[in-house]
Amino acid sequence: FPGLADVSISQDIPVEGEITVPVGSHSPDEDYSTLDEPVKDTIMRDLKAVGKKFVHVMYPRKSSALLRDWDLWGPLVLCVSLALMLQGGSADSKDDGGPQFAEVFVIIWFGAVVITLNSKLLGGTISFFQSLCVLGYCVMPLTVAMVVCRLVLLASAGTISFIIRLIVVGAMFGWSTLASTAFLADSQPPNRKALVVYPIFLFYFVISWMILTFTPQ
Amino acid sequence: QGGGSAVIDMENMDDTSGSSFEDMGEMHQRMKEEEEEEAEGEAGAGEEEDGEFLGMKGLRGQLGRQVADQVSAVPRPRGPCVPGRPLPAPFSPQMWQVGKRQASRAFSLYANIDILRPYFDVEPVQVRARLLESMIPVKMINFPQKIAGELYGPLMLVFTLVAILLHGMKTSDTIIREGTLMGTAIGTCFGYWLGVSSFMYFLAYLCNAQITMVQMLSLLGYGLFGHCITLFVTYNIHFHSLFYIFWLVVGGLSTLRMVAVLVSRTVGHTQRLILCGTLAALHMLFLLYLHFAYHKVVEGILDTLEGPNMPPFQRVARDIPVVSNAVLNTTAKAIALTL
Repeated sequence: FPGLADVSISQDIPVEGEITVPVGSHSPDEDYSTLDEPVKDTIMRDLKAVGKKFVHVMYPRKSSALLRDWDLWGPLVLCVSLALMLQGGSADSKDDGGPQFAEVFVIIWFGAVVITLNSKLLGGTISFFQSLCVLGYCVMPLTVAMVVCRLVLLASAGTISFIIRLIVVGAMFGWSTLASTAFLADSQPPNRKALVVYPIFLFYFVISWMILTFTPQ
Repeated sequence: QGGGSAVIDMENMDDTSGSSFEDMGEMHQRMKEEEEEEAEGEAGAGEEEDGEFLGMKGLRGQLGRQVADQVSAVPRPRGPCVPGRPLPAPFSPQMWQVGKRQASRAFSLYANIDILRPYFDVEPVQVRARLLESMIPVKMINFPQKIAGELYGPLMLVFTLVAILLHGMKTSDTIIREGTLMGTAIGTCFGYWLGVSSFMYFLAYLCNAQITMVQMLSLLGYGLFGHCITLFVTYNIHFHSLFYIFWLVVGGLSTLRMVAVLVSRTVGHTQRLILCGTLAALHMLFLLYLHFAYHKVVEGILDTLEGPNMPPFQRVARDIPVVSNAVLNTTAKAIALTL
């Protein structure tokens, strides 16, 4: 560097200046003092994120927003509402009403954990909680099916209602499976997609079966 | 937006960045080195530089999420990482330590899961081939037969069996007094798979058979394919004779295959007899148990079925809607009349 050959700093002039580059006026403070913002802002932000993900499940396109900012609020709400609606609907004895809630909870979360572990062991590149998030959100069509089934059962309980319920639950089951495979199958090596799709199919099949055989007493 | 800052914005970095195992390994290694360094003295500035790799999320108070995300893809540091700026007062070095230790523990848990990875390295065509082969007994028993040590197929078969059991229990209106339907189904199936595999491995050890634990798990797991088919058919069509035919044919074929493979790996008549007798008995009895324990004999409905050719007692499921019940009854009558 020829031009720098004669640069020299004399010993008695102190070198000083700002090392910090000027940043925007509030971004450093804003980023880690979300503790100070009003509660309404926090709740609205989280609700908007959850709502956006519900929309993504309704129209499953290959977007990465559902995967990147995972959260488990949506799955929790769906799981609890599904378990509440499935309660009190078994045969005749009173002591079968209790375990239903725990059953549904355990099935959903244990099943989702197993599917996630399976997809990771098969060489998937998706993270643990991202996968739980996707599987949980894709239970939404089945929750809608449960609501429809309960309404149909309020009206009548005969053959026609069974056929309607069968069609609705079947359609929602297909939708759930398709939506979750649209998000999850991409993270697998291409020739192993079937190995990952089968457990997901089984998982939603068990949930659909519980919804279909629900008869209120 | 943050254009004038020195923030390394990795927001748009692809999250699916290959195996995160190496990233975790690197971080773990770095943390170990750092702990050794700190044993000698304070390393305040060093912490901050490494801190930005691990702890940007820690700054925002999201240590839990930070640990969770580190089991996954590369972490994305957000927020300011302006060099030369001191840490804000509440975030002392202890918080870094706690966060790092949590991440290290999460990493060692993750590393244990990776031990199972080679057993899941399988293609769909291989799984299908092995499922079909599990019903075909081998003829050559003087030469040790190869057993694939794979765990994906057996695990999926056990879960399918659980789903089929649930279906059978719900349609036959089984009431479990203590515990739940799901718990019983999972406990039965996994208990059989793991328990009988361990027992057979122990017997194989006593009888000097050449088989490892994973191979035994795999063999027994694929043997459950026959059980799945039998139960799936007979939980929907309720007939004694049909069940017995399936039990003998389908159950028998899968048992014969397992027995033949075991025999090919054992020397000595007594040992062969012990091993194969035990396995055959347990396997066939398990199918009998699954069929009879989760069905109830409903005697009241018998009176509505007429015809002298009906078998002595007939199980008809309750709690199935009227349509399928009508279908079942007409099928039963038609078949009874032709017998």
